[in-house]
Amino acid sequence: MSVLAYGTAAWLMLVGLYGIVTSRNLIHMVICVSVVQSSTYVLILSVGYRVNASAPIFADIPPGSRAVDPIVQALTLTDVVVEATVVALLLALAVQAHKRFGTLDPSELTPLRG
Amino acid sequence: MSERARLVMFLAGGAGLAALLGWALAGLPAFGAFNGAYALLINHVVVAQRAATDAVTAVNFDYRGLDTFGEEFILFTSVIGLAVLLREQRGEHTGPSAQTSDEHRFQGSSQALRGLTLALIGPIVVLALYLDSHGALTPGGGFQGGVVGAAALLMVFLGGGYMMMRRVSPHGMVELAEASGAAGYGLVGLGGLVFAGVFFKNFLGGGTPGQLVSAGTIPFSSMAVGLEVTGAFVLLWTEFLDQALMVSGE
Repeated sequence: MSVLAYGTAAWLMLVGLYGIVTSRNLIHMVICVSVVQSSTYVLILSVGYRVNASAPIFADIPPGSRAVDPIVQALTLTDVVVEATVVALLLALAVQAHKRFGTLDPSELTPLRG
Repeated sequence: MSERARLVMFLAGGAGLAALLGWALAGLPAFGAFNGAYALLINHVVVAQRAATDAVTAVNFDYRGLDTFGEEFILFTSVIGLAVLLREQRGEHTGPSAQTSDEHRFQGSSQALRGLTLALIGPIVVLALYLDSHGALTPGGGFQGGVVGAAALLMVFLGGGYMMMRRVSPHGMVELAEASGAAGYGLVGLGGLVFAGVFFKNFLGGGTPGQLVSAGTIPFSSMAVGLEVTGAFVLLWTEFLDQALMVSGE
C-alpha cells in the first residue's frame, strides 16, 4: 500500500515535470505546473493517513477517537483554493503573452519579437 | 536548445530526481502508520480546548491561524496581480459593442438551462452560507464555502448571460468584498493581540461544542475568509470573461 500511495505522488511530480519540459503550449504548461503541485497533496494526505481511523470531525464520534491527521488536511484544503488563483494568474500571463507575440508556444517567445 | 537535447537532459535529471524521491519516500512511515504527536494532540484536545468539533477548521483558523493569514494573502495578491495583468492595454477598448452584446448570452443557452440555473442559485447561496458558518462544527469553512458561493454567480452567467452577471456583481462591490474579507480576517488576528496579547489567539469563549455560536473566533474567521474567497473568484472570472467578451483590439 505504501508503494502505491507514495508512488502516485512521485509519479505525478515526474510526469508533470516532463510535461513542463516538453510543453509546446503555455496553457498546457500551466496545467502541468498544477499537476506537479497536486503531487504534494497526494503525498501529505498519504503521510497523514492512519488505518482504521475516521475523519477528524468529532461532531458525532467521541472526542479523542482514532482519527487521521487534521493538519495535513487543513494545509491541503487551503492550498487547493490558493493554487486555483495562482493558476489563474499564470493563465493571465499566457493571455498577455498571446496578445503580444501572437503565439502560445514557449519556444517562439523570444525577446526580439513584439 | 533543441527539443531533443532538452528531452535528454530531462531524462537524465528526471531519473536522478526519481531515485532521490524513491530514497526519501522509502524513509517515510508506512502508509497508514502515521503517529505524529502534533496531530494526535490536536485530535485529543480540540473539543475540550476550543469547543470546535471539526479539527481541520480549528487548525486552519485557530491553531495555525497565522499560516492561513499568509495563505490568504497569496490568494489576495495573485488576484490583484491578475487584475493588473489583464487591465486595459494601450489601443484596447473595453465595453460591449453593439455587435457583441447579444453574443454575451452563453452559447447553447436554452429555456431549460435558464430555468435550471435560476432554480440552483438559491440553494447554492444557502449551501455557501452554511459551509461558511458551520466550519467549526462539520466539514466546511470559509475556503470551501467561498468557492461554492462564487459558483452562484456562474449560474447567473450560464442562465442570464454575462451582462446580467456584471449587473448583479458590480466590479466595485466584488473588490470591496474581497478586500473586506481579507481585512476582516486580519482584524480577528488583531483582536487576539488586543484582547489576549497574542496575534491570532482565540480570544472569545468557546461555548458549547456543536452549537452554531461556539468555538470562539473560528466562525468569524471562517465567514471573513469565505467572503474573501468568493470575491476573489468572482473577480478573476470577471477579468477573464472581460478579456473574452468585452475587450476589443486596435
